[in-house]
Amino acid sequence: MSVKKFQVFDIVIYIVLFIICCFIVLPFLYILSISFTSPEVYTAYSLDFIPKEFSLSAYKYLMNSSTFLIALKNSFVITLIGTFLALFVTFSFAYGLCKKDLPGRKIFNILVIITLLFNAGIIPNYMLIKDLNLMNNKWSVILVMISSAWDIIVVRSFLENLPVEMEEAAMVDGYNDIQIFFKIVLPLSLPCLASFLLIFGVQYWNVYFNSMLYLADPGEWTLQVLVKSMIVDSSSDAAGFAGDERFIPQETIRYASVILSVFPILLVYPFLQKYFVSGLMVGAVKG
Amino acid sequence: MEEMVIKRKTPGKFAKNFHKYKYRYVLLLPGLIWLLIFKYIPYSGLLMAFENFSPASGIFGSQWVGFENFQYLFKTPDFLNMIRNTLVISGLNIVFYFPLPIILSIMISEVRHVKYKRIVQSIVYLPHFLSWVVVYALTFFLLSVDVGLLNKLFVAMGMEKVSFLTQGSSFYIIITLQSIWRETGWGTILFLAAISGIDSSLYEAADVDGANRMRKIWHITLPGIKMTIVTMLILRLGRIADVSMEQVLLIQNPMISSVSEVFSTYAYNYGVVRGLTSIGTAVDMFKSVINLLFVFLAQMVTKWLGSDGIF
Repeated sequence: MSVKKFQVFDIVIYIVLFIICCFIVLPFLYILSISFTSPEVYTAYSLDFIPKEFSLSAYKYLMNSSTFLIALKNSFVITLIGTFLALFVTFSFAYGLCKKDLPGRKIFNILVIITLLFNAGIIPNYMLIKDLNLMNNKWSVILVMISSAWDIIVVRSFLENLPVEMEEAAMVDGYNDIQIFFKIVLPLSLPCLASFLLIFGVQYWNVYFNSMLYLADPGEWTLQVLVKSMIVDSSSDAAGFAGDERFIPQETIRYASVILSVFPILLVYPFLQKYFVSGLMVGAVKG
Repeated sequence: MEEMVIKRKTPGKFAKNFHKYKYRYVLLLPGLIWLLIFKYIPYSGLLMAFENFSPASGIFGSQWVGFENFQYLFKTPDFLNMIRNTLVISGLNIVFYFPLPIILSIMISEVRHVKYKRIVQSIVYLPHFLSWVVVYALTFFLLSVDVGLLNKLFVAMGMEKVSFLTQGSSFYIIITLQSIWRETGWGTILFLAAISGIDSSLYEAADVDGANRMRKIWHITLPGIKMTIVTMLILRLGRIADVSMEQVLLIQNPMISSVSEVFSTYAYNYGVVRGLTSIGTAVDMFKSVINLLFVFLAQMVTKWLGSDGIF
């Protein structure tokens, strides 16, 4: 009797979790299906989870649009340079702060925590970028988002808990702190590096407000800004499509642009997601 | 006596350590320079909130007006709107979103097949890594008049179309549902960690007593993560003045501006778009001050409850 009761409990939980997963997956299947639907058979008021007639034309259109390709390139450049710099600056700064008897450590920590507590806001940041002459320059978005107090605090607490034996052995061998950082500390922090690779990578790939604010020139648009403008503007002027666009219902293109903007994340996600479960990420979530 | 000895010793030790760690300072340098330029120089921009800022005169040359900008702000009807919108959005978030990660994490922890558990976790974490633009796109494809799935269904059933995205009455609900869809899975991480920290002998003892699964959840799991729940709730209350700006800005349109304007979108719409620099700075600064007060309040409460506090 009680065994059967347990099974009902299990079944209910499994079904509820399945439904929750459907809520997340089905929207994508729907978008994916429309993005692959041939424009000839596409009708505005249909509800299909499998394309009626498979076609790549929406993707071909996007891949032939210079506006889309430039935005794609801009997003890739910002994400690659930004992620690399963010990892370097955050980890080296956090490593510098690790030593308890470092003179000035307290001041550095306070400098970090103040930025956690009080944000100057949108306009002062905007003015700074203007004064630095970085408007319509990719470095504005890269530099503004390089690190944050939470990132520094989480990485620091991870580095503080690394075993010190190898560092000490290296010190005896005559390595200085910079060599130790690159040759010993970074390889030891691989799980932490992987997590922040994903965090920073996603942060740069997904940035919308900063790139809209600082990169207003269409030639500097990032993918998120372009996708937003393609979805909202009923005309596809934003993507600069010319010529025979009237043969393609714009909708399939819009859906395809969303799929393409999500694709890089889906690509790296499976490789990096195993690190979320480790305790390390708990600190990161608090932010 | 002891204090004096220590005091005399410190300078020597300081200099020695300074020399010993010289390479650490080299490693600190890039982060420190970044912090000073991109986090501390903007603080000087806060002066604009007390000025009648003109770009020609600059931050240090513009006319000083004291608290006039704030007085103007407090008098506009927009200000009450912003307070209401912020409180409603945060309030709905706390009431409807906050319990969900707790429930979901308990359900996930009850799954017996490791593989099913892994798959569920992978799927529910995913939305957190999608941009607000993509979340907005999904919302648009679901609710818009032209291409929205719901309106397609309405038409198929012979009903009138509804313009969800331009009617004020649906804005709060849409924002709340977006947050739930994007963050519920990610929010479970902390609670799952807390659940895995519960002593398993408690469950074994309950088995001996013949307790069923619901009773074990009620009497062991929930009390075991009570402190985590309370801490997270206080942290959330501490961010009550913070509304995700990208999320609101994306969905905002002139038809629903009175229900969707919050402090940060106002700062952008007036400070950047309309060029009212000082007003924009002031409204954002007001938000930051409120935030700071709430964070300290939250810190005091957590300390009072006996936990480590936030920092």
